[in-house]
Amino acid sequence: MKPPQPTIGGMVQAADHLAPALEAATHCPYCALQCGMVLRRSEADVTVQPRNFPTNRGGLCQKGWTSAELLTSAERLTTPLARPRKDADLEPVSWAEALDRVAAEIRRIRAAHGPDAVAVFGGGGLTNEKAYTLGKFARVALGTANIDYNGRFCMSSAAAAGIRAFGVDRGLPFPLADIAEADAILLAGSNVAETMPPFMRYLTEAKRRGGALIVVDPRHTPTAQQATLHLRVTPGTDLALANGLLHLAITEGYLDKDYIARRTTGFEEVRRVVAEYWPERTERITGVPVAQQREAVRLLAEAERAMILTARGAEQQSKGTDTVSALINLALALGLPGTPGSGYGCLTGQGNGQGGREHGQKADQLPGYRRIDDPAARAHVARVWGVDPDSLPGPGVSAYELLDALGTPAGPKALLLFGSNLVVSAPHARHVEERVRSLEFLAVADVVLSETARLADVVLPAAQWAEEEGTMTNLEGRVLRRRRLHEPPPGVRTDLEIIAALAARLGHGARFSAEPRAVFEELRRASAGGPADYSGITYERIEAEDGVFWPCPAEDHPGTPRMFLDRFATPDGRARFVPVEHREVAEDLDAAHPLYLTTGRVLHHYQSGAQTRRVKPLLDAVPEPFVQLHPDVAERLGIAEDDLVRVVSRRGEATARARITDTIRDDTVFLPFHWGGAGRANSVTNPALDPTSRMPEFKVCAVRLEKLEQADAGVAP
Amino acid sequence: MTAVNRVVVVGYGMAGARLARELRARARDLRIIVFGAERYPAYNRVLLSSVLAGKADEGDIALAEPTSRVELRTGVTVTAIDPADRTVTTDDGTVTRYDALVLATGSRAWIPPVDGLDPAALPEGVAVFRTLEDCRRILRAAEGARRAVVLGGGLLGLEAARGLALRGLRVEVLHAMGHLMERQLDPGASRVLTRTLRGLGVSVRLNALTEAVLCDQGRVRAVRLAGGEVVEADLLVVACGVRPETALAEAAGLKVDRGVVVDDQLRTCDPAIYAIGDCAEHDGTVYGLVAPAWEQARVVADVITGADPRARYAGSRVVTRLKATGVDLAAMGDTQVEEDEEHEVLQFVDPTRGTYKKVVIRDDRLVGAILLGENATVGTVTQLFDRSAPVPVDRRALLFADLRGQAARTVESPVQIPDRTTICQCNSVTKSAITKSWLAGARSVEDVIKETRATTGCGGCRDTVEGIVEWLAASDPQTTGSCS
Repeated sequence: MKPPQPTIGGMVQAADHLAPALEAATHCPYCALQCGMVLRRSEADVTVQPRNFPTNRGGLCQKGWTSAELLTSAERLTTPLARPRKDADLEPVSWAEALDRVAAEIRRIRAAHGPDAVAVFGGGGLTNEKAYTLGKFARVALGTANIDYNGRFCMSSAAAAGIRAFGVDRGLPFPLADIAEADAILLAGSNVAETMPPFMRYLTEAKRRGGALIVVDPRHTPTAQQATLHLRVTPGTDLALANGLLHLAITEGYLDKDYIARRTTGFEEVRRVVAEYWPERTERITGVPVAQQREAVRLLAEAERAMILTARGAEQQSKGTDTVSALINLALALGLPGTPGSGYGCLTGQGNGQGGREHGQKADQLPGYRRIDDPAARAHVARVWGVDPDSLPGPGVSAYELLDALGTPAGPKALLLFGSNLVVSAPHARHVEERVRSLEFLAVADVVLSETARLADVVLPAAQWAEEEGTMTNLEGRVLRRRRLHEPPPGVRTDLEIIAALAARLGHGARFSAEPRAVFEELRRASAGGPADYSGITYERIEAEDGVFWPCPAEDHPGTPRMFLDRFATPDGRARFVPVEHREVAEDLDAAHPLYLTTGRVLHHYQSGAQTRRVKPLLDAVPEPFVQLHPDVAERLGIAEDDLVRVVSRRGEATARARITDTIRDDTVFLPFHWGGAGRANSVTNPALDPTSRMPEFKVCAVRLEKLEQADAGVAP
Repeated sequence: MTAVNRVVVVGYGMAGARLARELRARARDLRIIVFGAERYPAYNRVLLSSVLAGKADEGDIALAEPTSRVELRTGVTVTAIDPADRTVTTDDGTVTRYDALVLATGSRAWIPPVDGLDPAALPEGVAVFRTLEDCRRILRAAEGARRAVVLGGGLLGLEAARGLALRGLRVEVLHAMGHLMERQLDPGASRVLTRTLRGLGVSVRLNALTEAVLCDQGRVRAVRLAGGEVVEADLLVVACGVRPETALAEAAGLKVDRGVVVDDQLRTCDPAIYAIGDCAEHDGTVYGLVAPAWEQARVVADVITGADPRARYAGSRVVTRLKATGVDLAAMGDTQVEEDEEHEVLQFVDPTRGTYKKVVIRDDRLVGAILLGENATVGTVTQLFDRSAPVPVDRRALLFADLRGQAARTVESPVQIPDRTTICQCNSVTKSAITKSWLAGARSVEDVIKETRATTGCGGCRDTVEGIVEWLAASDPQTTGSCS
């Protein structure tokens, strides 16, 4: 389908034969696949139709189809709210009052405790323009080092490992279309059939062409059910499995020795490390039978085009970075990265998880994926911003550490929160909630009154995806246009307008624009020369070319759909092998906690559920939290289907309905993380951090189950 | 305990090399001195059978060097320990002081008392199978050889036999006992294993007592068995087990039984001297395997560096895995138990397919297992054994993988699908929703899709939706409903 012709403001007149309605060709508000869709507005409502965009090829899951329902949700916030006193309820106030109050609190707390006492927390769902502006706002208007975002709970392990090996991090360094052409695909810790259903089309096509799909997952997920080979790995042992597969690749004679010699460094040390991961030892650590290890390696190595893809299952571990490195080592040994049709990639989760980690809302970064401790990067960005490089703060702490410090004597006293519902989504959420409650001041910009917004002193009603312009960068590194269908409802402002208004009150009005296009133009200049170079990308090019892949350093540069074909982004142009060792999970089983807990998503909900729990068909499909457990576990504990069960760890507990299934290992239970309140999975999870990426260990901790006797008690918050 | 500043490790095999790394990881400033009698760097002994089989070369089995600041002295043999002085003397004449000494001297191959086999001067064409040097020796002798005999049907003997068969030799295993791997297997498993090996070019002779090795001009020619039978061989591998290397400890006056006797902190009777790996005897057991040696290395490192002064080694659970291409064999725990009041025994035998499975359960826990042949459950079984976790309610799941979690996804006939079954997961479309759309006038697959959004997510249900629409077209449900 041809995208509609753009007009000013991104709106187009519908074709003549349609009823008088406005429409916008845009993208789904949810995951990083960023499915193309057309929104149509009529008198009564807004309808969604999938577009034949290169990512979704005309497909949409139920989340996408129903995404417009939230535009008119009765639960939408349409007026700012503020709490007159700490112990008072939130009350409607005017925008002027709300913004004045936020600015006054910032000034007061900054004066009392210094600039770092005000923290900013962002999200991987924000547009590039917003992520960029938020980073600039923190460094220029607030002067605080304390800014980070929820992508730390999402992409940071893969990003760190990618940079370590390739010198740059772009989720997929090749277009999605390449996946459909692969002869073998190893998917580690990803349940795409539920998390990004249209992605399955590429896997199905690859399989139809005779390709093999290997899925590494403790659960026999809908994705694993489609696999040629399912490696049902013990939670927290993916690293050992990857080292074991590389060991087999060596002993079975599958190394691409020419590639290793020409394009990599560091193989010898890795060879010595994986010498200790012989198949039988690997089997004992991982539970994956030797025969299946052999088969997996054979499938990957004998394929002409092979890919290794990782997602949160492998990454959200206290050794997530090393786990990804181990899988990259395997890919390098087989000669995959930078070889047309093959490669390593990570499947980004959040809508703008990719762009969100490139433009400065991360504690250690400046726009263009630059490091904030690099003097040249500071000088460049400071020039674009018109400030003294020395005035820019240094690196701050990462997300969990930031949240952990809130309200403490040395930590931030105020927090400005955009695009995240962290009391549901952060690990050890009970503790994080305590920290948030201990703040002197909390301001939240959101669409609805989320669990976190309920705790705020000031709540600012924000515009939604169909009400604003901007760009998103999807899991392929393809920069896309988000288009506005119509103005936000009265009383609602865009995040950019909110930030610009606050900046003006703090005396930096001239430096901040609320116009997405103006912000993007500035972002182009700020990113120029950085690893994620957007300087050649324009709104017009994105329209004309179905998105543009970064790096794109000039307007006459075609963009970069496939990276690393000639060289890697390392100083010597070679990819780096990184020796990594298996380590035990941060919290292993004991008599009081005899089961592993792993967490994840279900098809019908997204992230903290703040959006999807407010869409009726999605809530009807999965109305409340549940815990998946094996029939043997159920029998031992006398638990029946639908019973209420408490999942108890050393940190807390969550209550959920029993879902008994033999698709899960009998030493593991699964909780989705889309709910707050009594069913909050992150009351249970372990905040043990990866030493490199600071990623928490969401994917494994030790728990026990307790059957709840009052079967009539509800679990939904 | 006085502060430990200098640790001396005797032995640079898999235990010693691992220990050096464990120590370094815990204590940056500790002085670590490692003596290794073999001249080359540490290698992975477990993989020697892969080298023998031609699956790995020497470069593939080199182990990671300890990180910097480990003083490594290879090609140097420790000749004496002076516990009073806390020093060791080496064959290059130097004396080295220690605060803590760890013996990781390993074991040596045992050569049975057989005529013609002088341990000090083995005939040409005869080799033990223990070190990389042994492996090289075997490979040199294998060149030009046609018939190989392996003395010993234990783990190492069978791995050597399989490796030589892969190199094209005719191989015969002579085993003195009534069944193969008699410590790990029961006679039934041995029978199936024998059959499997025969198919791979390795013949097995049981109850075969070797009387003499016959030579021709100093070169092996044949083996004579008790009873007089002669088995020709131009290569003879002796794999009759190992003995802990305890001479140094004995000479130093340490308590030695089968191995150097150690307590739960791997300490010998001298509190400054420890022993780990093949040379150590803990709680009456000499393991002779890598996994226990590495567990011991971890405990010793914790104790010596003070990282966890109360660390204890509680013994290891042993899982034996035969590394021989074409044979999948795992054995663990008590395998020779028969069914009785205390023990449940599950067995499945399919000799023509080379399958022998036996699982022994006591008090709902798995206490022993043999899995030979097709064994997709080996990962699960091993973990249950390791963790002493409760076994599945349906015991069959221990023997057959496809009972576990491979939720059957057979394509049902549309008529059999219950109405409430979700056909399209991505859009929560049930069979009844599809039927309803049909009744409301959607008469083609495309119309049904437009109405219900089925197939528009992952697209995986397309075939099922087409099947249902076909079935609806063929049998209008209203009509069939009134007929039934």
